[in-house]
Amino acid sequence: MSLTADDVKKIAYLARLGIDSQDVESYAKDLSGMLDLMTQMNDLDTDGVIPMAHPMDQMQRLRPDEVTEHDNREKFQAIAPQVEAGLYLVPKVIE
Amino acid sequence: MHNKTIADLAKGLRSGEFSSVELTQSFLDRIKQHSSLNSYITVTEDLALQEAMAADARIAKGDAELLTGIPIAQKDIFCTQGVKTTCGSKMLDNFIAPYDATVIEKFNNAGAVMLGKLNMDEFAMGSSNETSYYGAVKNPWDTNTVPGGSSGGSAAAVAARLAVCATGTDTGGSIRQPAALCGITGLKPTYGRVSRYGMIAYASSLDQGGPMARSAEDAAIMLQTMAGFDEKDSTSVDQPVPDYLAGLNNNLDGLKIGLPKEFFGEGLNSDVAATLDAAINEYRKLGAEVKEISMPNLKLAIPAYYVIAPAECSANLSRFDGVRYGYRCENPADLTDLYTRSRGEGFGKEVKRRILMGTYALSAGYYDAYYIKAQKIRRLISEDFKNALAEVDVIMGPVTPSTAFGIGEKIGNPIEMYLSDIYTIAINLAGVPAMSVPAGFVDGKPVGLQVIGNYFAEDRLLNIAHRYQQVTDWHQQTPKGFE
Repeated sequence: MSLTADDVKKIAYLARLGIDSQDVESYAKDLSGMLDLMTQMNDLDTDGVIPMAHPMDQMQRLRPDEVTEHDNREKFQAIAPQVEAGLYLVPKVIE
Repeated sequence: MHNKTIADLAKGLRSGEFSSVELTQSFLDRIKQHSSLNSYITVTEDLALQEAMAADARIAKGDAELLTGIPIAQKDIFCTQGVKTTCGSKMLDNFIAPYDATVIEKFNNAGAVMLGKLNMDEFAMGSSNETSYYGAVKNPWDTNTVPGGSSGGSAAAVAARLAVCATGTDTGGSIRQPAALCGITGLKPTYGRVSRYGMIAYASSLDQGGPMARSAEDAAIMLQTMAGFDEKDSTSVDQPVPDYLAGLNNNLDGLKIGLPKEFFGEGLNSDVAATLDAAINEYRKLGAEVKEISMPNLKLAIPAYYVIAPAECSANLSRFDGVRYGYRCENPADLTDLYTRSRGEGFGKEVKRRILMGTYALSAGYYDAYYIKAQKIRRLISEDFKNALAEVDVIMGPVTPSTAFGIGEKIGNPIEMYLSDIYTIAINLAGVPAMSVPAGFVDGKPVGLQVIGNYFAEDRLLNIAHRYQQVTDWHQQTPKGFE
């Protein structure tokens, strides 16, 4: 299985990940190599095997519906790239 | 002072032979003297001396614990309030953590002194510490070689006596492999044993923090502080923490050791294999019985891991968006440009490779073929461990196929780098605990023996490692120039 430069660009867009144009080919080569490695998985018949998402197979723990977190807005916004009036700023989204 | 065990240092602190301030200062001096190893990203000198003064006061009052006043260092993946926490990435080069990880809080409560934050592969993705934004770490046994990764700074610092002990994290071998390549003792606990709260996530169903120390006894002391249920970690396991020191000296009569034939075949360096044989013979002398076992699905651990870990990584690292914290690109044209360039400029090549791989594996049309298939194989691998550990008490094998490789040797070939994790990755998929124990040298470079146990059998692993360290001195060797 091999990926083309266009495939890499598509995947990078899905991940909102900027890739330098001169690196696209090398990512295509590396990812194709990884996919080759993964085709080994097809050697094993896994029909009827239940997928394992988590080592402990545990259920999500529940807790009482009580407030446990306090307002840390100022503390958290102190390390943000750009804030104003308690809001995180991004480039204009709605015209 | 820097060659003593935690227990001896604790005694020295209590008897007044030296103070924590003196001990801490001596380590700070060593860190400066050996800064060319590049094992630290941040040295917290002032904070360390303040903590040491507080520890001395606590010791004088008589309410000290074993770790009170002991200078340790933290992998830079653990959030430390008020201290830069980079995860080895440009993305977090400006990130001052607003809170402490649970592991950090526990060491603080124990009165341990933090010397600084240790270098690591970027976001813990790497096996050589070469993917760090802050540059490669050198292995103190041979500074032309890598210390392993991703906890390479931790392993190098402990081996070079630049900290008494250190924390590490292990997603596919990141505690055990650097411990092996640097000749120290490292333990990856059972998944869920140590809280992941405040430990920057790479692959959440695999990540686990653990101790990296000179001896099993020191690792036991560390784990005693680190382990335990934490309601802030949704996958923390609510099980009592045993006394890890109590059983260290239990005898090993009748211990059943299984050697998977899949671990000793093609690909294992013959000198490493001979070193491991000698170590296993030592266990026979200690009363253990050794038998060959088979774990047929181990060979698929690497492909399954390189689907599951990147898939989880692509989801976890989506939080780095240039909006709330971390790196933001200059003059973004619009929101998509802000995301794309902040992430493109903030992440290094290996991280990008894994985000791309994970995004692909989870994308429409490929999810079943890759992600579900890998999770099914994960179940089969985990059953191999369950079956083997019903037959034997522990499994032993290599940690790495060879000793430390050269800086620059594998970084250009990611697949070759991935294959060097062949003996460690399956353990994370199953979630069982495993250790790397110093077992000898090949051409002056350390070799680690891997000891793998059943879920929550950390006490047994530490006991097995400790008994071996009573009859061998591999773990006490110091690299030349760092005595």
